[in-house]
Amino acid sequence: MRSNTFKTLLLGAVFLGAGAVAASAGTLDDVKAKGFVQCGVNGAGLAGFGAPDDAGNWKGLDVDACRAVAAAVFGDPSKVKYTGLSAKERFTALQSKEIDMLARNSTNTMSRDTQLGITFTGVNYYDGQGFMVKKALGVSSAKDLNGASVCVQSGTTTELNLADYFKSNGMTFNAVVFEKQEEADAAYDAGRCDAYTTDASGLYSIRLKMTNPDDSIVLPEIISKEPLGPAVRQGDDQWESIVRWSHYAMLIAEEFGVTQANVDEMKSSENPEVQRLLGVGEGVDFGTPIGLTKDWAYNIIKGVGNYGESFERNVGEGSPLKIARGLNALWTKGGLQYAPPIR
Amino acid sequence: MTLRDKTADETPRSWVRAVLYDATIRGWVFQGLVLLALILFAVWVVHNTAANLRAANIPFGFDFLNMRAGFDISQKPIDYTLDSSHAQAFKVGLLNTIIVSVLGIILATIIGFVVGISRLSRNWLLARAATVYIETLRNVPLLLQLLFWYKAVLSVLPGPRQGYVLPFSANLSNRGLTMPRPIPGEGFEIVMWSVPVAVALAWAIARWAKNRQAATGQSFPVFRASLGIVVGLPVVLFVVLGAPLSFEIPELKGFNFAGGMVVHPELIAMLLGISLYTATFIAETVRAGILAVSTGQSEAAFSLGLRPRQTMRLIVVPQAMRVIIPPLTSQYLNLTKNSSLALAIGYPDLVAVFAGSTLNITGHAIEVIAITMAVYLALSLITAALMNWFNARVALVER
Ligand SMILES: N[C@@H](CCC(=O)N[C@@H](CS)C(=O)NCC(=O)O)C(=O)O
Repeated sequence: MRSNTFKTLLLGAVFLGAGAVAASAGTLDDVKAKGFVQCGVNGAGLAGFGAPDDAGNWKGLDVDACRAVAAAVFGDPSKVKYTGLSAKERFTALQSKEIDMLARNSTNTMSRDTQLGITFTGVNYYDGQGFMVKKALGVSSAKDLNGASVCVQSGTTTELNLADYFKSNGMTFNAVVFEKQEEADAAYDAGRCDAYTTDASGLYSIRLKMTNPDDSIVLPEIISKEPLGPAVRQGDDQWESIVRWSHYAMLIAEEFGVTQANVDEMKSSENPEVQRLLGVGEGVDFGTPIGLTKDWAYNIIKGVGNYGESFERNVGEGSPLKIARGLNALWTKGGLQYAPPIR
Repeated sequence: MTLRDKTADETPRSWVRAVLYDATIRGWVFQGLVLLALILFAVWVVHNTAANLRAANIPFGFDFLNMRAGFDISQKPIDYTLDSSHAQAFKVGLLNTIIVSVLGIILATIIGFVVGISRLSRNWLLARAATVYIETLRNVPLLLQLLFWYKAVLSVLPGPRQGYVLPFSANLSNRGLTMPRPIPGEGFEIVMWSVPVAVALAWAIARWAKNRQAATGQSFPVFRASLGIVVGLPVVLFVVLGAPLSFEIPELKGFNFAGGMVVHPELIAMLLGISLYTATFIAETVRAGILAVSTGQSEAAFSLGLRPRQTMRLIVVPQAMRVIIPPLTSQYLNLTKNSSLALAIGYPDLVAVFAGSTLNITGHAIEVIAITMAVYLALSLITAALMNWFNARVALVER
């Protein structure tokens, strides 16, 4: 509460400044002047999405979204500073300009996209909400949870989906709501709740943090749509384009087989889409119009890799989470990840 | 002629002068100007904030209070469903803050007085124990203590199916203390109303006894008589009316108890943490208050033939109270404000429910925080006003 109140006061102070300031144009100029992108990521550390590794370096799918933007702007993916944010703090931090972009497993919802003065730039992970219960309860479906106590984190879509799900299934429940994820985890671990609920992606890594992970199981039901993606402030179209197209560039690269390893060879590709992506050829420049250089996407792929590589490394087979591509496969492989063409 | 002229043109000037140099009028004028400036400043701040929020596409206003809240709250002292509004959620949060503050203040005061007096005790062990308690708990941050108590409560208590069975169908488990819920029957209001009537009666008797003692010197067992009336009258009425009260007994259904009423472990941990912590400060205040009464007062009382208990009750405590009450007030204010740490352990107070869930769902951060701050200010002012009134009553009346 303390930090949140503080942020709100800060927000108040920002909006109190004399004379109305032009909404928030010029983020790119600010970022260039500072020399780094200030990126809001998961504060508790969500393995695979945003968490510091043993050496203290931030790693994850969301972290790669920040790194891609830094690569596009500076040609160097390491020019990022991270701000760890809780569910409650994240949007205020963005509104008050404490961060330049938010990449923190945040669900795009209509009210967030339209009423907070922020815009979601895309979906870097299609998720859904699930439940985890103690095995000893003998429950195999979320439909059996009538009367259960459920531990949940406040300030999330999770809190609302939980209520909708029980109500629409005619079941009662008691929500025990915590401000911090660690506290919700600990209370569930100590037996305060029968079930724990959050995004399915988070459930697996949280289960691994329990004293006895094998005492808990994740139930099969997915009760909501959670399109997670980066967000920026409304009113700065240029910056919004940069963040949106950084994600698209990674998708297009995967679609056309451009990888971190072969990106230099690919510069001599005959494929016109690849040439436009990498800014190869006379007059092929899609970067300058958005304030970047013509090799903006080359820099992203060179520095971070394509979407598939980032996925496998952070949450897929190359990670402890071993999450299947599923909905997050490219549209050409039966998934939902789809980028408009560069033209 | 010259003289008349002088007065003629001096009259208006001296009038202006009188106004300009009159301290009272000048005071009013300047205060008015300052007030006006303050109001203008406030208007400017609100207007500018609203304009800038609009420029950033963030809606500003209080309509969100009527929107459907859609989230659950674990402790609901009043009717609240998923279809209730954010305004209703606000009331639930506010009541939960008041519940934990009032119960906390009562507990902390009792513990604080007992420990404070114990620390002055001639019993070495008792005095030492009180000192150790005060020095440890006073110096550990409250948040840590709350987390500790919450963990302790949860790890000591068994699951709901293995809960401790207590008398009167109560049960204690890590889901809380479940108790039968009283359901008032017909005529129960009469029993309820008899309580204030009995209290008024007891008060009248105490007054009469005091006057009689002052006039004749005869004493009267006021305490026993009042107790008899305050307890006796409602009980007699209750029996005469045929015991108009039934109970809803909690039953273990599925995972948890259904029916009855529950004191959740979050409230138990909150009360333990906040009252044991605040009691240390109250104990020190009490000790200081008692030490401030000079020993001559007790000696004089003894030489008049008063017994030690009477000396404490009639001579020392009333004088000590004058020293104790002002700092006690700030402890009560601290406790109320500290109750906002509740959200760390999942207790649904105002900050958790309103400045937490509502704020995040609606995004109206500035409005929500402004309302929340106003509420804490109001709670503090009310507490302070009550304590000032009480203080004025016990203050030394100079004759
Ligand atoms: N996607 C949901 C939930 C996101 C969320 O906050 N998830 C939790 C549990 S996985 C989390 O990351 N907590 C970490 C923290 O608050 O620091 C939302 O956007 O509201």
